[in-house]
Amino acid sequence: MPLHVIATAKQVMDPESPPSAYRVDREAKRVVPHPATKIPPVINGFDENGIEAALRIKDAVKDAKVTILAAGPSFSMDVMKKALAMGADEMVLVQDPALDNVADSTVTAKVLAAAVRKIGPFDLIISGRQASDWDNAQVPLGLAELLGVACVPVTRKVEVKDREVVCERILADGYEVVSAALPAVVTVSNELGQPRYPTLRNIMAAARKQPTIWKLADLGLAPADLAPRLLVMDLYIPEKTSQCELIKGENEEDSGRLLALKLREAKFI
Amino acid sequence: MTSPRGVLIVGEHTNGQLGAPTLELLAHGRALATALGEELAIALLGESLGGLPQEAIAYGADKVYAVTDPLLKEAHLDAYLGTLVKACEAHAPRIVLLARTELGRDLGPRLALRLNTALAQDCLEVRLDSDKRLVAVRPVYGGNCTAVVTVASLPMMAAIRPKTAEPLPRNPSRRGQVIQEAAGLAPSVIRTRVLQRVQEAQEGLRLETARVVVAGGRGLGGAEPFHKELQELASVLGAAVGATRAVVDIGWVPYSYQIGLTGKSISPDLYVTVGISGASQHMAGCSGAKVIVAINKDSEAAIFKAARYGVAGDWKKVLPAFTKQLRELL
Ligand SMILES: Cc1cc2nc3c(=O)[nH]c(=O)nc-3n(C[C@H](O)[C@H](O)[C@H](O)COP(=O)(O)OP(=O)(O)OC[C@H]3O[C@@H](n4cnc5c(N)ncnc54)[C@H](O)[C@@H]3O)c2cc1C
Ligand SMILES: Nc1ncnc2c1ncn2[C@@H]1O[C@H](COP(=O)(O)O)[C@@H](O)[C@H]1O
Repeated sequence: MPLHVIATAKQVMDPESPPSAYRVDREAKRVVPHPATKIPPVINGFDENGIEAALRIKDAVKDAKVTILAAGPSFSMDVMKKALAMGADEMVLVQDPALDNVADSTVTAKVLAAAVRKIGPFDLIISGRQASDWDNAQVPLGLAELLGVACVPVTRKVEVKDREVVCERILADGYEVVSAALPAVVTVSNELGQPRYPTLRNIMAAARKQPTIWKLADLGLAPADLAPRLLVMDLYIPEKTSQCELIKGENEEDSGRLLALKLREAKFI
Repeated sequence: MTSPRGVLIVGEHTNGQLGAPTLELLAHGRALATALGEELAIALLGESLGGLPQEAIAYGADKVYAVTDPLLKEAHLDAYLGTLVKACEAHAPRIVLLARTELGRDLGPRLALRLNTALAQDCLEVRLDSDKRLVAVRPVYGGNCTAVVTVASLPMMAAIRPKTAEPLPRNPSRRGQVIQEAAGLAPSVIRTRVLQRVQEAQEGLRLETARVVVAGGRGLGGAEPFHKELQELASVLGAAVGATRAVVDIGWVPYSYQIGLTGKSISPDLYVTVGISGASQHMAGCSGAKVIVAINKDSEAAIFKAARYGVAGDWKKVLPAFTKQLRELL
């Protein structure tokens, strides 16, 4: 049996959009793009690191299969196909309007756990450390609990050796080497390194692949399973009042000099 | 089971001292417990705890669940989780608070799932509404938006960002109750094994505790200015050196330099940024800075919204003159 790695990937609004690109629909309690700008969808950045980690394992152990798993109300195929073009073998999309604007991580974890069970046996799940919409860093930890397997969060290196996953988990002042028996869940951070670019060959192969698409009903989930317990009461754009004093000298060098004098005058140095 | 009551906080300690985030959490918890008219309890876990329970009481706890077990020698996620699940089941708190530290961040979601409830992650503020529901305010979308959330199941859980409260004044004569408990951990709850712990020596001052921090962004254009111009500025100011994620991802400086949402949190008296655009994910790591100074050639850059003083100009011209003048002043 090939080693089966599932990499989770969430489609999110591009988080590198400028603050002015965001608007909030306060009634619906959701973030929407500014009408004049268009925030493009992307695969969550840390999930691209996760796909990279999965592909590195595949490169190392050779006999491995990488399945991409995503859940959401709808997907841009152009965006999601990047995961296949990077080199993943298969993709499962749980696509259901009921997954619109889910803020409760437990709900998402339940959906993903049900999908993982339906996909079948797996050895390792790799997720991003957090999704750049709600920055929760919760879903993979919940997923591990629901599946009853070990969890190693926030790692920068993931290797599989002799039915064990060995990771470098990032700590504030260094790292620790952690191992767990498979199956397990790990999450990765940008310290893992840049995700690879799709090769032409993989892009063409990806174009021919059809993702498997499931609805919630296909997973045997009922609306009651999805009742959120984390409730959003309000959502708004925080006000930022600027009180910056721009220092202008005769030229740029002079501005630098005056800035130093200003800091002294204001007793900050 | 008795109906849920009181506030329980998850304590953290290193080298025989309660962590600063735990002292702050005691202040948050004290306010909620007082508003509820219920008790504030803290769970302290370790191989042995020495004077820590009394310390926690001095900082505001009414009750300490002191859980000792050799398996709790290190703050191992699985061991902490197993112990806390039991403590929460036994004592049925209404509210459970963790600090959103390295430990709390990863422990909170798992504990919430085990207790069949939800967790408000990364909160800046917590309060009670008129129905005694926990209401939490937290940044989302990298800090571009703010959400107000509540937990509709018990216990109501929140992980609170460090440096969002002042610890209460230490009162050594405060009285409270210390309850010794056994963890009763089966070794099988431990699913992950720590094979090795490696400290990576950081050059220079620690970012987290430095009184002055200087940091560079992609605008510096390469690795060299970090070692030259920015380093010179740091030497003159006695500052620690940091960077943005853009810079560590390119590899100009090590990842340990990263300040921000997913990097280090700093709270210096003075923070000087050079060639940093001021993305909200970066600013999330320096909200504790007293004064921000920015040098950026784009006068429209978001960093000028957060800065107190700034120069809109090319750092190649501004920075050397700034450093030179500082050297003369200091
Ligand atoms: C989930 C998530 C988490 C993140 N976490 C973090 C984090 O923890 N920390 C972090 O920093 N970022 C983080 N980011 C990234 C963040 O969104 C920004 O991409 C990043 O902070 C930008 O870095 P920068 O300011 O160096 O680069 P840029 O945004 O490219 O800005 C460069 C700036 O330099 C200026 N400049 C250029 N040339 C000159 C010159 N000659 N003189 C003066 N100024 C000049 C430009 O005007 C510009 O404003 C995260 C992103 C995501 C999605
Ligand atoms: N709807 C989703 N579909 C696929 N993966 C997800 C989804 N939500 C969360 N994840 C995974 O869980 C990680 C952490 O997400 P979060 O807990 O929401 O911050 C992400 O980086 C993804 O890998």
